[in-house]
Amino acid sequence: MADPVITTQELKKAFNGHYALNGLNLNVPAGSIFGFLGRNGAGKTTTIKLLMGFLKPSEGSARVFGLSSADPSAGMEIRGRVGLVTEDKDLYPYMTVSQIIGFARGFFAKWRDDLEGRYLKVFDLPPNLKIAGLSKGMRSKLMLLLAILHGAELLILDEPTEGLDPVAVEDVLRELVALAAEEGITVFFSSHQLEEVEQIADHVCIIDRGTSIIGGSLDDLKGQHQRLRIIFDRELDGPIHWVEGVEHVRQAGRTVEILASRNIDAIVSQARSFAPASVEQFPVTLKEIFLDYLRRD
Amino acid sequence: MTFRLNPSSGVPIYLQLMEQIKHAIEVGALRAGEQLPTIRKLSEDLVMNPNTVVRAYRELQHEGVIELKHGSGAYISESVAGEARVTRKAQLIVQSALERLMSLGLTKDEARRLFENELAMLRTPTNPVGGENG
Repeated sequence: MADPVITTQELKKAFNGHYALNGLNLNVPAGSIFGFLGRNGAGKTTTIKLLMGFLKPSEGSARVFGLSSADPSAGMEIRGRVGLVTEDKDLYPYMTVSQIIGFARGFFAKWRDDLEGRYLKVFDLPPNLKIAGLSKGMRSKLMLLLAILHGAELLILDEPTEGLDPVAVEDVLRELVALAAEEGITVFFSSHQLEEVEQIADHVCIIDRGTSIIGGSLDDLKGQHQRLRIIFDRELDGPIHWVEGVEHVRQAGRTVEILASRNIDAIVSQARSFAPASVEQFPVTLKEIFLDYLRRD
Repeated sequence: MTFRLNPSSGVPIYLQLMEQIKHAIEVGALRAGEQLPTIRKLSEDLVMNPNTVVRAYRELQHEGVIELKHGSGAYISESVAGEARVTRKAQLIVQSALERLMSLGLTKDEARRLFENELAMLRTPTNPVGGENG
């Protein structure tokens, strides 16, 4: 795997003594589509502001393209090479779509004129409409368009499909996949829409209360997490002490249900050593992983 | 050839794609020597991550199902013709076992659960389901 495009180590950010981020570790491989998942208020937007150098970390470090986000001159370079799409969608309401494209072009050396026509069409954006008259979804698409056209190597998208209808969501996802496949662009996007993350991401990180809970290759997470249902033909004498890898156990009567995060073969062997009537194994969805990890304690 | 993936399933997407390509070979929809779509085309058509397609193709190459030729794409291996014969033979065994189970009055669901249970009890560390992938 190539060098990571984004890394954070024990990244912390406090506002008035309250930690919005409390030890975040991220590793975003080059060329990946990385889904950054968490509930509202988990710290996703704060993380993005720290990566872009808009905020200074209280502790720990954030690096983009190997450059420290906290260093002001490195921050300038990062902002030039990143296409950022944020929730607030701060644009000039009095400009038309084509005026803002012309305005933005002036700030970037690597402007992609070759892609302008294509993306205006793909995103169905009327060039002569004023930004004030655009819907929330159209503004998202316009920001995404500007990010693509300025020749970004990395797209950082804060809930890019928020407020879009299902057709527009699919359009945006398809274009993100195409950018990754054709231009080799790395995409880092935050979302609480599990379905869209599962559809296009190859790596994910789930954060909760400012801390990374679980992360890595999405297919590996799904492959390693398994649910086991073990049924006995007799009552068990007390709880079983399971081997490593068992995350969660529910034991009711003659049935034991287990969520395992790894070490599945050893867990199955252990289950079989108790002479059960049956052992069934089920795949675990990202939604189940998400809910299971976030509902603890 | 169209593939239908379910990203919300708990089964890793690259495994789903591998299974569907193998199935397409077993039923004759894809034959030895035929070319698979390019990584870029498949990822855009299915709106899926290109790295996931790469992973599925690499694993299939590792298993000898396809050959990756640099610059020209992925082709179904010539060796899969023999495997398709074995699969057809195995299919007959499964069919006759199922017929016998049905004659005992078992429902499809009951038969499926029995198979799955026996498979789970059989499993060895080489079983790919839930194993250490990559």
